[in-house]
Amino acid sequence: MTTSAHPSANWTHLRSLEAESIHIIREVAAQFERPALLFSGGKDSIVMLHLARKAFWPAKLPFPIVHIDTGHNFPEVIQYRDDLVKEIGERLIVRTVDQAIAKGLVHEEPAVGGATPSRNLAQIPTLLDAIAEFRFDALFGGARRDEERARAKERIFSFRNDLGQWDPRNQRPELWNLYNGRIRRGTVAGDGGEHIRAFPLSNWTELDVWEYIVVEKIPVPSIYFSHQRDIVIRAERICPTSDFFPARAGERVERRTVRFRTVGDMTCTAGVESPASNPMEIIAETMACRTSERGARLDDTFSDAAMEDRKKEGYF
Amino acid sequence: MMSSSQHAGGLLRLITCGSVDDGKSTLIGRLLHDSKAIHDDQLEAVRKTTAARGGIGGAGSASGAGQEVDLALLTDGLRAEREQGITIDVAYRYFATPVRKFILADTPGHVQYTRNMVTGASTADVAVILIDARQGVVEQTRRHACIAVLLGVSHLIVCVNKMDLVDYSQARFEEIRDDFERFASTARPDGDTPVANRAQVRFFPISALKGDNVVERTDVMPWYTGPALLEFLEAVPDRDSRHSGSARFPVQYVIRPQSKDHHDYRGYAGQMAAGAFRIGDEVEVRPSGYRSRITRIHVGEEQLTECFAPQSVAIELADDIDISRGEMIVRADDVQPPREAREITATVVWMAPQPLVPGKRVTVQFAAKTVAAVVKEIAQRLDIQTLEQHDQVTQLGLNEIGRVVIKLAAPVAADGYAQCRGTGCCIIIDDQTNNTVGAGMIH
Repeated sequence: MTTSAHPSANWTHLRSLEAESIHIIREVAAQFERPALLFSGGKDSIVMLHLARKAFWPAKLPFPIVHIDTGHNFPEVIQYRDDLVKEIGERLIVRTVDQAIAKGLVHEEPAVGGATPSRNLAQIPTLLDAIAEFRFDALFGGARRDEERARAKERIFSFRNDLGQWDPRNQRPELWNLYNGRIRRGTVAGDGGEHIRAFPLSNWTELDVWEYIVVEKIPVPSIYFSHQRDIVIRAERICPTSDFFPARAGERVERRTVRFRTVGDMTCTAGVESPASNPMEIIAETMACRTSERGARLDDTFSDAAMEDRKKEGYF
Repeated sequence: MMSSSQHAGGLLRLITCGSVDDGKSTLIGRLLHDSKAIHDDQLEAVRKTTAARGGIGGAGSASGAGQEVDLALLTDGLRAEREQGITIDVAYRYFATPVRKFILADTPGHVQYTRNMVTGASTADVAVILIDARQGVVEQTRRHACIAVLLGVSHLIVCVNKMDLVDYSQARFEEIRDDFERFASTARPDGDTPVANRAQVRFFPISALKGDNVVERTDVMPWYTGPALLEFLEAVPDRDSRHSGSARFPVQYVIRPQSKDHHDYRGYAGQMAAGAFRIGDEVEVRPSGYRSRITRIHVGEEQLTECFAPQSVAIELADDIDISRGEMIVRADDVQPPREAREITATVVWMAPQPLVPGKRVTVQFAAKTVAAVVKEIAQRLDIQTLEQHDQVTQLGLNEIGRVVIKLAAPVAADGYAQCRGTGCCIIIDDQTNNTVGAGMIH
């Protein structure tokens, strides 16, 4: 007997995606000894954390939350993070690029034209050092395959070698919902083993994330919504000015009504002019929009394979 | 404004098989572009790359916004693929109509990438197979159809493309359709059941380049009275609707908070692989044989009265019994319970460069259950070029498909793949490299 109608009239594609994500999250918890959930304060990691809490309720998360902090944050996002962690009572680990610089693992890029350079790349050694410190064997990331074409090829359980690197040409086949999490583990702290990056939101689109935020009534940081902010126009992009990103000589600081489609390092996240002040308005705007959200990330536009290259080195 | 509730058709997973020469990239580009899944900046980046390379090499092109764009560059995500101009790996693309969301696995057509096509087909409800109207049914068409049905795809959508190049000829379309139907009623990829009995087959005369019958019906082929491709994709039943049949709940994780508020809580977490459960259902745990009754079902804090495939839920039982990951909860009165055996026969797709030989020790991973195993016998091999079955087999090479008998270290509750995809599949893992080296569909 087969029927085409689902027994629940409320069943939507969002519930299919939710079910898949919860399955992935539980599979990581079952297969690994020391997983952790990477959290940036962006909407994708917020949704991922929401799904993780659903997966294990009424128990606490069987893993900590980890924030790899560039130090170039939107203050609103850090406030959101701290409030959320306090509310849900979960364990947060923060490792900063500043600490990695102090340890000599990475150095600040030289400043160009008076602006503080992006610390996007400096997150890689910071993250890998945190993995070695805590001997994490699996890390949840909120990346989605629709974001960028190198990500479209990434597995849900994505293997990283003992240097944290991704080999896109030699990935494990991944069939059905059977995820192969077998790795060689490190033996002592600092002796890095292999690990898995797990991406529960692989099959979600930007629109799915916003629709889910609406349906589940999930709060997100205020910078996603329309607000007044000082900006400069640089390389045709709307860049928020801050202590890390001052205006250059000759640039005019303007106050505009903007919002942000992604949350990243403040020095490389551009805004869009928008009156959208709640998730429903963002959905309407996203559906009409003709520019992808990563189009607002300066770090992706350097070359055709910018993301592929960073991911090979251990990027999220 | 569109909201989620308007995608009443849910989520459909499909696979496209074919090579650039069949116009696969053009078709995908058309679906993505016409459903606005391609953004302007992505199109602009591809346009720049196309121009920098001195225009379009292959046939995988379409014009977008007035300028020529090589749409294969959109789907070929890795540097090596763009450099070589071929699709190597599976790429997942996403698009939506007001009716439905689609996840499209775009897979390479060449025989040396069969394992990638198998990967894409494993989660697909529907396979779109492209035929060049000038070439007709070729070896690759037959191979793709066989692999798709082996992996349990329930609908084969055969698109006879480039109809504009055969003067939109009804006779040519029908000739190709008859040819395919002849093949589908005789080819038996698993040695038993013909292709036509394992999947529903539909034919569409299209021109991806001109857009005929892709998103909208065309008036250049008045002899064709069926729906356009996208119209059909919006209505075809998906796998999420297969909630009927025997309930299957592989226990994935045991939730035990051991906190003050939930001291005695013990929840069995997992994803319904098939069927449905209600509170009060009498259940049996396989293979341990314990029996109990469902007292609560929940997703997070939300309490439910019933659950169905493919929901991820947590189930509480009336009795405090010891159930661990890898066991399966089924209905106590199930007339067709899962089989428990220390030996399974499976159709295996081999995915490693070193051949599979009898005596090889491996690890087999089922839904939530992993066991040590040894390959006992390779009983049959399917020649994926000629589609003939060979009985005298000593090994399975890369991309080869065969019937394999595997002995397990412990009994595992499983179904036949034809009865239940989620509890009838397994992967084979190499103990030395930890790589996934084979995919198995249990008989």
